[in-house]
Amino acid sequence: MIDHGAVFLARLQFAFTLGFHIVFPAFSIGLASYLAVLEALWLRTGRQVFLDLFHYWIKIFAIGFAMGVVSGVVMSYQFGTNWGSFSDKTGPVLGPLLGYEVLTAFFLESGFLGVMLFGMDRVGRGLHFLATCLVALGTLISAFWILSANSWMQTPAGFTTTADGRFLPADWLAVIFNPSFPFRLAHMVLATYLSVAFLVGAVGAFHLLRDRANEAARVMVSMALWLALIVAPLQVLVGDRHGLNTLLHQPAKVAAMEGDWLDPAPGAGEPLVVFAWPDDEKAANLHEIAIPHLGSLILTHSWTGAIKGLRDWAPADRPPVPVVFFAFRIMVGLGLLMVGVGLLGAWLRWRGQLYQAAWFHRVLVAMAPAGFISVLSGWMVTEVGRQPYTVYGMLRTIDSASPIGLPGVAISLAGFAIVYFIVYGAGIAILLREMARPPVPGEPSAPRSPSHAAGLMPGPAGAIEDIPPTAAE
Amino acid sequence: MAYALPLIWAALLAFAILAYVVLDGFDLGVGILFLAEHREEDRDLMMNTVAPVWDGNETWLVLGGGGLFAVFPLAYATLMPALYPAIIGMLLALVFRGVAFEFRFKARTRTGRRMWNIAFSGGSTVAALCQGLALGALVQGIHIVGRGYGGGWWDWVTGFTILCGIAVVIGYALLGATWLIWRTEGELQARARRHARALGVAVLALIVVVSLWTPMLNPRFSARWFGWPEILLTSPVPILTALLAWGFWHGLSRRHDAAPFLCVLGWFVLCFIGLGISLFPYIVPPDLTIWQAAAPPASQGFLLVGAVVLVPIILAYTGYAYWVFRGKIRPGMHYH
Ligand code: HDD
Ligand code: HEM
Ligand code: HEM
Repeated sequence: MIDHGAVFLARLQFAFTLGFHIVFPAFSIGLASYLAVLEALWLRTGRQVFLDLFHYWIKIFAIGFAMGVVSGVVMSYQFGTNWGSFSDKTGPVLGPLLGYEVLTAFFLESGFLGVMLFGMDRVGRGLHFLATCLVALGTLISAFWILSANSWMQTPAGFTTTADGRFLPADWLAVIFNPSFPFRLAHMVLATYLSVAFLVGAVGAFHLLRDRANEAARVMVSMALWLALIVAPLQVLVGDRHGLNTLLHQPAKVAAMEGDWLDPAPGAGEPLVVFAWPDDEKAANLHEIAIPHLGSLILTHSWTGAIKGLRDWAPADRPPVPVVFFAFRIMVGLGLLMVGVGLLGAWLRWRGQLYQAAWFHRVLVAMAPAGFISVLSGWMVTEVGRQPYTVYGMLRTIDSASPIGLPGVAISLAGFAIVYFIVYGAGIAILLREMARPPVPGEPSAPRSPSHAAGLMPGPAGAIEDIPPTAAE
Repeated sequence: MAYALPLIWAALLAFAILAYVVLDGFDLGVGILFLAEHREEDRDLMMNTVAPVWDGNETWLVLGGGGLFAVFPLAYATLMPALYPAIIGMLLALVFRGVAFEFRFKARTRTGRRMWNIAFSGGSTVAALCQGLALGALVQGIHIVGRGYGGGWWDWVTGFTILCGIAVVIGYALLGATWLIWRTEGELQARARRHARALGVAVLALIVVVSLWTPMLNPRFSARWFGWPEILLTSPVPILTALLAWGFWHGLSRRHDAAPFLCVLGWFVLCFIGLGISLFPYIVPPDLTIWQAAAPPASQGFLLVGAVVLVPIILAYTGYAYWVFRGKIRPGMHYH
């Protein structure tokens, strides 16, 4: 009883809920590490500006983290609701990985989050710093386990199968450290750092455009650009390795990323398709612009090396090409742009104009969403490129679904769409409002709620946020 | 091993779910009672009693779901589709409620604030209702065909499941009220006491009705409860419930701070034990036992090693987090 329409909607639902979720983990992982760095700098140097920045960003962190948590709780039940058959078959292998994620990461994050957000006055500096570090560590451990689980679905290893198609663990180390995991972990963690660096840089630049003397804004821009200068090129290198590894294990995905349908004539080498309109029906590219041999150079590091074209696979075994193709170009394009911005920043710094060049600050503001867009496109490449399988080469998507009829999946999808647009619309509006407010010297540790400040609600809460905090208790 | 591991895991998961029910129970309960208070300052206070801990509380729900996926995958794979509408409803409600903690304090207009007040309270109530519906549907039994859910779309709505839904909402509200008695003072505390008195009566009545209805659902349940010699084991449950009821009213009238909360906790534990007595060894009644649903020993053993080491550590630092934020919550403590 396979209902193709229901399976399609279930995929849409998974992609939709995960697409919303993943933006916030990227935000939380990167920002938690940034906050730990800020607090460490404050403890070491005693400079007020670091404490101000810490207090400025922790309010934003709290909002993003809450959105990450609620969308994450949804994810942990999505496997069962829409992908029951998948859960039954892969549970013995994937379940313990997610179980370890809960035990080692989620409890750590949520246990110390309260202390990190509200406990500065209650526990003292040293313990508070420890709490911040533990939250940051928790987010990284979380990335470790969830990416291990995802990578196992891309490059399964260390398992045996039963006659009825279930996966059983045979070697846990091989399961956890499956072939694509190290690359994916490195690539994703760097991606979160880049995302947050460009966000912080944009916020700093935005406030510099209004007030060149704002010290906190200068520090933000400076720190963000150091990170971009070092991490963006590193990310390109890691991405290249990641792609070569994918070529080894999932050649159809790489062929889709490259828009490569045919095997080249001997000695001709692979071109690099810069732009094209891939057409799944015709199994060919329309309007192709390509650079000869460059594809071979990148993928095989030789002049005439060849990879398999998509026509070597039966149509039913090919991923949907256009999504993979365009998402890949968006990610790589933005990655190269980030390298460029990092280099420009270094040049301006060397010329002593980093805090004066308004045009550059506008560029930085425009780059604010670049990291998050790359993260989303990267995941599209990874997940859509894996189709038509959920466990690559072993379990097809169509055989993974729950026995839920089309109306059920459609109604729940509509519910998610409505709720997410309301909640995330409001959340993003609040985040933008918070970031539009400049950091001030003596930044309060938490916005005062209206009734705390003046008994009753005296108009807009924003107006009273800058009242210095009185001691708790 | 293949015999013992599922038993150990059933006990561990039962513990995780119980921890979830009592911990998130009181903070959902605070949300359920939220709109009963009319002054925004009192609402701030109520929210601040749970703001530093709600996220940790909800993590036990993730452990329940993730744990089920890991160690009883077949139960996870059949329960989630069977309880689909209730689970999705709960998740969406939890989304509203969770973000309301942050958004409510950031709202700039009265309308905005009112909206997030409703999201917080409505989300808490609907989440509790859905949990009760899911619980009721599990107890009344789930129709399995092959290795998947074989029942209909509406199996989860019956008189019994609706009763369970209402019982969980009222039970959480009572937990929330007694938590407020513990953590607040003055008029807010006095009102919480009044609420607790009324809710206490309702909860006891509901416990009695659900307990009498459950054995009628399934002949095995009634043999469990009323057969000989099982009754030796089961009779302490109602007796202890009655004793706790006495403690509860005594604590309320003597104006103890913590006693009512602890007695209600006791009720929840006893109800949970009662549930265990009915269901064991079935994880998805009426067909699936914990051994049939279990993941292979290689999976259960692997995660058990971690759980044995990590759960005590988690309990220790969770306790520490509660300790940091102990004491009465007063106006002006700016947790937001
Ligand atoms: C690379 C990192 C990453 C990826 C790929 C995912 N997550 Fe996530 N998740 C996190 C990184 C993260 C995090 C950083 O740990 C979060 C984000 C914000 C937060 O509060 O914790 C989180 C929160 C979070 C929570 C709430 C935890 C809590 O209660 O504190 C759950 C249940 C999940 N996630 C589950 C999932 C599932 C089932 C995923 C895949 C299908 C998934 N996450 C993808
Ligand atoms: C943040 C990480 C992830 C992202 C962004 C992501 C994204 C996606 C997307 C976009 C799809 C839809 C693909 C399509 O239908 O064409 C999908 C499907 C799916 N993913 Fe992932 N995924 C992630 C992690 C995971 C993990 C960790 C698991 C399991 C452990 C998982 C399991 C699935 C399943 C079961 C499907 C449905 C079947 C399918 O359409 O492939 N995903 N995911
Ligand atoms: C220009 C350099 C880049 C290259 C060559 C590159 C390469 C790749 C490749 C080949 C994949 C797919 C791997 C697979 O599915 O097996 C991928 C995925 C991904 N990329 Fe990139 N990437 C680059 C830049 C970036 C940037 C700048 C970001 C974000 C800031 C990013 C974020 C991601 C994410 C989140 C994924 C999905 C997770 C994963 O599979 O690792 N990438 N990248």
